[in-house]
Amino acid sequence: MTKLFTTTALLAALSLPAYAVEIAEGDTLAENQTYTYWLLDAIKSLDPAKNTDVEGSDVLRSLFEGLMNEDAQGNMIPGVAESHEVSEDQLTYTFKLRDANWSNGEPVTAGDFVYAWQRVVNPETASEYAWYIELMNIENATQIVAGEAAPDQLGVRAIDDKTLEVKLTTPTPYFLNTLSHATTFPVPQSVVEENGDAWTQPANLVGNGAFTLASHNLGVDIVLNKNPEYWDADNVVMETVRGVTVNDNNVALTRYQAGELDRVQIPAGQFPRLKEEFPEQAVSVPYGCSYAYVMNVSDKGPEALKDVRVRQALALGLNREVIVDQVLQGGQKPSYSWTHWAINGFTAPEGGMQDMSMPERQEQAKELLAEAGYGPDNPLKLSLQYNTDDSHRLLAIAAQQFWRPLGIEIELNNVEWKVHTDRLQSQDFELARYAWCADYNEASTFLDWFRTDGYNSGKWSNEEYDQLLAEARTAEDTAPLYQRAEEILAEEAPAVFVYHYAKVDMINPEIKGLPRENLLNTWYAKDLYRAAE
Amino acid sequence: MFAFVLRRLAVAIPTLLLLIVFSFALMHLAPGGPFTAERALPPQVLANLEAKYGLNDPLWLQIWNYIYGIVVHFDFGPSFVYPDRTVNQLIAAGFPVTLTYGALSFVAAVVFGVSLGAIAAIRQNSWVDYLAVGISIGAQVLPNFVMAPLLVLVLTLWYGLLPGGGWSFSDPSFWIMPVIALATSYMASIARITRSAMLEVLGSNHIRTARAKGMPEHRVILRHALKPAMLPVISYLGPVFVSMITGSVVIDIYFSTGGIGKAFVDSALNRDYAVMMGVTILVGALTILFNLIVDVLYAWIDPKIRY
Repeated sequence: MTKLFTTTALLAALSLPAYAVEIAEGDTLAENQTYTYWLLDAIKSLDPAKNTDVEGSDVLRSLFEGLMNEDAQGNMIPGVAESHEVSEDQLTYTFKLRDANWSNGEPVTAGDFVYAWQRVVNPETASEYAWYIELMNIENATQIVAGEAAPDQLGVRAIDDKTLEVKLTTPTPYFLNTLSHATTFPVPQSVVEENGDAWTQPANLVGNGAFTLASHNLGVDIVLNKNPEYWDADNVVMETVRGVTVNDNNVALTRYQAGELDRVQIPAGQFPRLKEEFPEQAVSVPYGCSYAYVMNVSDKGPEALKDVRVRQALALGLNREVIVDQVLQGGQKPSYSWTHWAINGFTAPEGGMQDMSMPERQEQAKELLAEAGYGPDNPLKLSLQYNTDDSHRLLAIAAQQFWRPLGIEIELNNVEWKVHTDRLQSQDFELARYAWCADYNEASTFLDWFRTDGYNSGKWSNEEYDQLLAEARTAEDTAPLYQRAEEILAEEAPAVFVYHYAKVDMINPEIKGLPRENLLNTWYAKDLYRAAE
Repeated sequence: MFAFVLRRLAVAIPTLLLLIVFSFALMHLAPGGPFTAERALPPQVLANLEAKYGLNDPLWLQIWNYIYGIVVHFDFGPSFVYPDRTVNQLIAAGFPVTLTYGALSFVAAVVFGVSLGAIAAIRQNSWVDYLAVGISIGAQVLPNFVMAPLLVLVLTLWYGLLPGGGWSFSDPSFWIMPVIALATSYMASIARITRSAMLEVLGSNHIRTARAKGMPEHRVILRHALKPAMLPVISYLGPVFVSMITGSVVIDIYFSTGGIGKAFVDSALNRDYAVMMGVTILVGALTILFNLIVDVLYAWIDPKIRY
């Protein structure tokens, strides 16, 4: 017995004939429908199974289309899947696919999804994002990645050309939210098999997205043109999308001002000035990443950090408001929770240290340290490790200054990125700068990190916390469980939460349709248009 | 001379092999690997990746396979960070870019540097000399990472004359700023070396003799002074030429040329072993080649040198 499960967003979207582009009243379209945006670096891969970057995903969402897309608020709306059903035990999803074509005119079938997903978990592909299919809890994914089962054992099959069935190992409340991710996009089997690794080159690449790949000069630019074969091509306005690599953010800003780019990130510290000068162009919106100083509580970590009073003192003593208002200056928010404040359905616990004044917090921190046996005679000495980056350095210096009055001596330890990561993952650090970005818009994407078997570099572990997150997997109402989990993090302080990210950009006001309420900044070139001045 | 060249080329092969082995070992000593990422990969995924790229073989076998691939198939391996491309493809895409702006910068630096230095020496202690010395000191103290963004600011934003970056082989307007930014400080060094070498030569006996016998001044300068004065300049130019055509990370970053200068630095930071080895071997081979060319040029310029 299966029950029809259709979200309101799905219904709303289906009732609209055209939802690709909504042209605002009073806007007329510019003759030149080209959008040129900034890329910090080269696009590393255009293979949905091998891409690991946000910038790569942005391009892949134009070249390919998954079962689901996101609207401007980050809600799931139909992509290739026209509708879907969920079994009562929440373990089987059945998707009905629409009539859509690949850019070479071949039809997109359920088998293309089966092939693509099997390819991601196939050990021969060696996909760095194979874990993503595991995160989706698809049957046998883990065993296949481990080489213990054949790729065709994956819990996904084509019932017919237009019907795709997915079997999960456990109810997964966020399952539908994972389907707009590039890793889940279909790939054309014949093209991949014929061209091998070179299938993503402009001459070979075949996609099912709203755009096709016109050219790709690695580290220079990537150009996409509108795909006439796309099922909703009539509603796509943008003709050309161009990503231009500029490796230096300040030069990129200069080139934006010279009119070469329509969108660029604002370099750290320049937002207030630009906002004043160009109020219509400088934009700061919440962005789903969270910044913290993780504490190593493992056996390899310092004795002091095993004492919750010391961890609490560190959390209390950091003046996040000054960091956000004086150092970052880009609309970021001070954080007292690990989960980003703007995550869907999440409410941070109230009370706690955010309600205390800074002098009160410092007082309490000193008391805690004294109780733990640290003071002027026995100062607490810790090292804070961060990877090479100007803003990480500034923040680390600020943290050092905030903790000094408490009698904590912080030694700053700057290392390059790979060394930083390597040490984090082998628990070879005391305090370390860390940031996590949401994979999907639900609190578990953050909270899972601190699970005993999560990434959890500091190796903090708490039974009740693990229990809460396990319950949340199947719970009807997850909000109180997540709130309690955050309370435990606040009490136990396995990390000092510092701030929640904002995306701070200069955007050409002629470009319309870029989402400003999508926390993951998932944007689709097919939703954009350029208005005439 | 021919025997000398052959001998040098024969020595080049073991030199390159040593370079490969040492770089390979050093690279693997650095903490982290190509797949060390913010999200630690599940052990099985990491194992799959390492198996695919042969990174779980013992080091000596990896080096052997690597050298074998180069010698037998001229295959420098796959890139770990750009999985859609091979190292051969990456170098084939990036090297022509750096070769173009590097060679042009080299020509510009030599022509302007030598002229500036020679004129300064000929008119020593005149305003021409002071101006030339002033220009070359100015050019030397203005590092290219200051100059590059400044050029974009002035020529792109203020005057709208040139594109602010990127690369095109068919449109020279993309080449101008990289060439100016790269050539300037080299030009300054060449000017200084030329000036002091010229001053030394101009004070020597054979110049006095040439002038005494009434030789026209332009012949004295061009044939008898400039040629020997080029000796120290040329020994400076050999390695400079190689470093210019193999790219500058600063130029690549500020002008986003897609050249291999940045690819090289990135590959080291990303632990993209094969790309790093590929570029190292390219730079190593070119260095050996151009040192040889410089040695041959010595013999042509200075008759006292015989091989």
